[in-house]
Amino acid sequence: MSIGATNARPFLEIKDLNVRFETDDGIVQAVTGSTFSLEKGKTLGIVGESGSGKSVTSLAVLGLHRTRSNAKVSGEIWLDDEELVSATDEQVRKLRGGKMAMIFQDPLSAMHPYFTVGSQIVEAYRVHNPGVNKKVARERAIDMLARVGIPQPERRFNDYAHQFSGGMRQRAMIAMALVNDPALLIADEPTTALDVTVQAQILDLIRDLQEEFGSAVIMITHDLGVVAELADDVLVMYGGKVIEKGPAVDVFQQPQHPYTWGLLGSMPRLDREVRDRLNPVKGSPPSLINLPNGCAFHPRCPYAGRNGDRSFTEVPELRGDIHKVACHLPAEERTKIFQQEVLPNL
Amino acid sequence: MLAYIVRRVINAIITLLVVTAVTFGIFFAIPKATGSDPALLYIGKQSDPAAIEGIRQKMGFDDPIYVQYGKFLKGIVAGRDYANGPDVTHCPAPCLGYSFATEQEVTPLLLEDIPVTLSLALGAAVLWLIMGISFGVISALRRGSFVDRAAMTTALAGVSLPVYFTGLLSSAIFVYWLGWLPQGQYVPFLENPADWFVNLILPWITLAFLFAATYARLTRANMLETLGEDYVRTARAKGLTERVVIGKHALRSGLTPIVTVFGLDLGALLGGAVLTETVFNLRGLGYQALTAIRQNDLPIILGVTLIAAFFIVFANLIVDLVYGWIDPRVRLA
Amino acid sequence: MSENLLEVKGLEKHFPITKGLFKRQVGAVRAVDGIDIEVKAGETLGLVGESGCGKSTTGRLFTRILEPTGGTITFEGEDISHKSVTQLRPLRRDVQMIFQDPYSSLNPRHTVGSIISAPLQIQNIPTPQGLKKAVQELLELVGLNPEHYNRYPHEFSGGQRQRIGIARALALRPKLIIADEPVSALDVSIQAQVVNLLDDLQREFDLTYVFIAHDLSVVRHISDRVAVMYLGKVVEVAERDDLYRNPRHPYTVALMSAVPVPDPVRRDRAQRDRVLLTGDVPSPINPPSGCRFRTRCWKAQDICATEEPPLVTRLDDPASHLTACHFPVVEDEAVAGRRPAATPA
Repeated sequence: MSIGATNARPFLEIKDLNVRFETDDGIVQAVTGSTFSLEKGKTLGIVGESGSGKSVTSLAVLGLHRTRSNAKVSGEIWLDDEELVSATDEQVRKLRGGKMAMIFQDPLSAMHPYFTVGSQIVEAYRVHNPGVNKKVARERAIDMLARVGIPQPERRFNDYAHQFSGGMRQRAMIAMALVNDPALLIADEPTTALDVTVQAQILDLIRDLQEEFGSAVIMITHDLGVVAELADDVLVMYGGKVIEKGPAVDVFQQPQHPYTWGLLGSMPRLDREVRDRLNPVKGSPPSLINLPNGCAFHPRCPYAGRNGDRSFTEVPELRGDIHKVACHLPAEERTKIFQQEVLPNL
Repeated sequence: MLAYIVRRVINAIITLLVVTAVTFGIFFAIPKATGSDPALLYIGKQSDPAAIEGIRQKMGFDDPIYVQYGKFLKGIVAGRDYANGPDVTHCPAPCLGYSFATEQEVTPLLLEDIPVTLSLALGAAVLWLIMGISFGVISALRRGSFVDRAAMTTALAGVSLPVYFTGLLSSAIFVYWLGWLPQGQYVPFLENPADWFVNLILPWITLAFLFAATYARLTRANMLETLGEDYVRTARAKGLTERVVIGKHALRSGLTPIVTVFGLDLGALLGGAVLTETVFNLRGLGYQALTAIRQNDLPIILGVTLIAAFFIVFANLIVDLVYGWIDPRVRLA
Repeated sequence: MSENLLEVKGLEKHFPITKGLFKRQVGAVRAVDGIDIEVKAGETLGLVGESGCGKSTTGRLFTRILEPTGGTITFEGEDISHKSVTQLRPLRRDVQMIFQDPYSSLNPRHTVGSIISAPLQIQNIPTPQGLKKAVQELLELVGLNPEHYNRYPHEFSGGQRQRIGIARALALRPKLIIADEPVSALDVSIQAQVVNLLDDLQREFDLTYVFIAHDLSVVRHISDRVAVMYLGKVVEVAERDDLYRNPRHPYTVALMSAVPVPDPVRRDRAQRDRVLLTGDVPSPINPPSGCRFRTRCWKAQDICATEEPPLVTRLDDPASHLTACHFPVVEDEAVAGRRPAATPA
């Protein structure tokens, strides 16, 4: 966003988002100070491991934490000039499934087992188009099923989720999410439960539909390959914080955060020669109830000692121009380490 | 689906046959093994040997047990004749024999009791379903709130307190102390519906309290589980109102397990709510069974057991069919 | 490397489907339907395929958790296809299994110590320095704190639990370990740790692995040889590099092209080269006649429906590279089904 422009907001803007859950074991700091934005027609990939806060972020955008009495959400979520954190439940409900929609990881458990797939799509359509009669809604649902590539949509309309194959089920889920032409589509690990060949089909479908509808897409995944396939921008999350973000090409070619290096070093890749050993991040992800002091990554970071105690005491800020990173290491040193120590082992 | 139903029905019939065989075996084999003589039980203590022998002949107590069982089964299906020479007594189907104590036919005796037990069980069932489910749902939705804790504490009391305590206590309060309700006396519905109702209020509440407690806890647990399901999250993500999310998506699957429990509970109760019937002096199947046990009246005990078994098997069958209807995964598997 | 530890011939596992009043058998799920393969001592054989291809069932047959409905399984020259549970007891020392889900494969009510020592006690293995010491050594071996032998599974993270599963499998010092999707439930960074651990243990104890997974990249990393399964059959098997460089079976080609590459610069090319398979995997109850892949194959011709292609060496492949296809894919061949080259990003 250039400085001279009028104070036009990005289509989706998240500012200093915090999500906390009060549990019997203590306060879970699921998301801390998350800030990012997304324009229409663009895809943002959010990468991270379990407990990194990536799913919680997306649920917060949809306001799905509102029904959990132990959840505290603060910060700002602007969708098309409307602030959602301070909005009423009813305002957010009207946007949910309408202007913003979501698809989930496991389409079998995400669809109600007792209602037909068709009726669940019709329901999604009619709640946002109250005037529409059943017949029109039914036609719309069948049309959507056909659009996402489900053969014999008229017949499949009356089937239940368990009668669909995994891939077809996820297609139906996508049809349900897109039935109201949402401007923002959040896909939470949409292909994790699927086989690779089916995953390829679904990613293809999401890409095509995005071109067709021009919506903004948030793709949440642990699979760097999936992000690289779809995303324009990438957000890497760790311990509830955004630790690196930037254009996909930059993040993959010049990753800046040691955790991102670790992620890349962890995955064997078909497009490279076979390495003798993988270079994983040591240790395990932190507990969100007892986050380490300072940089949350420092207990697992091989370079944490290089800046005196700063990593142990001071939380690094997310800094940078287009490509931002939250790391105490000076930029030059990071580049050096990456070129000399990390890149040759990827 | 048809094959599913037929298979269930056949299963039910086989179960009933097994139950009759086992109960028959127990009730008629044990006196033999312990040396007590059913014929003696039948006729009473002071009898001459000739009379006892006559009864023995007539009732067939000397036949091998499988012959007796065969005759017993035939009696249920087609009726049977008890004969000792020219002395023939016809017992029409379904024949369950004659009471030792009163020498009356068992079947009409029990048929008289069924409406009492049926009124008690069905009325209480309606009550406990309404109470249990609504409190369970509210508790689940307001988890950890005052309502939740109050309801669950009451439920705990309900589960722990025996019927003879709650029953007698409520009688003491509402009948004897406040005098709001009449002293229990079963009035047939067809005779006077209003009296039928008024007289059953206390037994209903007492019995329902016990079950409502279990149902509230069960409903709460099921609802909490269902509310955490992915498809409930999906329903919210679609923008459905909370009323539809809970009332349609969550409740439908949250209550499914209740169907099973309800079927079994109701089935068991229809065989006689022994304690409640006794406490409120309602002459239903349970009361009958208790009296029969006191008097060693084997044919009646056998009859009540069979009716109870029939209700339980029948309720099970209904539950299976309802499940197939509710859950397409069962129906279309 | 040449000695065969395990050999299967014509291996079949059909699960009967019953229907109607009398539970008549009306068909069978042909989960594994005629597999010939061998596992050589010291190697890692990768078994890849998508859900429902029969790879897990194959693994369970190898360990004889399941009994085959047809064919033979030979372990160290001995036919174990139909041995009874008691007869199999000695085999359990030599063949162990690691499971996918580290949450459900460990009994939550047993301590880690008793979980790991159970196989030792069942098999009456003498432990000269005591059971506790033996367990602690195993814990240390898989990178866990030996002090934690008294803890319960829920006190460990997913990755640590998988290590416990590995320690249990190692307790009897087996010769062969069947690992069924051992890393697919784990986070990326943890996955890599476990893969490295498996690597180290293999070297240290001369283990032979059968590594079953759906992730082609992981399988490539860890395996010496790889077999690709589709609908109950092995469609292609070869030395790792052979297979990944020159995939011959159209299904293998499609499978490999579908794996997303973590490089946005090559995104367009990856998408262009991708073979998008249409439709679903057919039912294993009624598999297609002839070649099972023909219903989704762009190269299929009449012969594919009538004649089942044998698993043999094709083209100028080395003898170890076997493909079950009438029309194997040649390098640089134009593959129909790929997206048109002009698709803009």
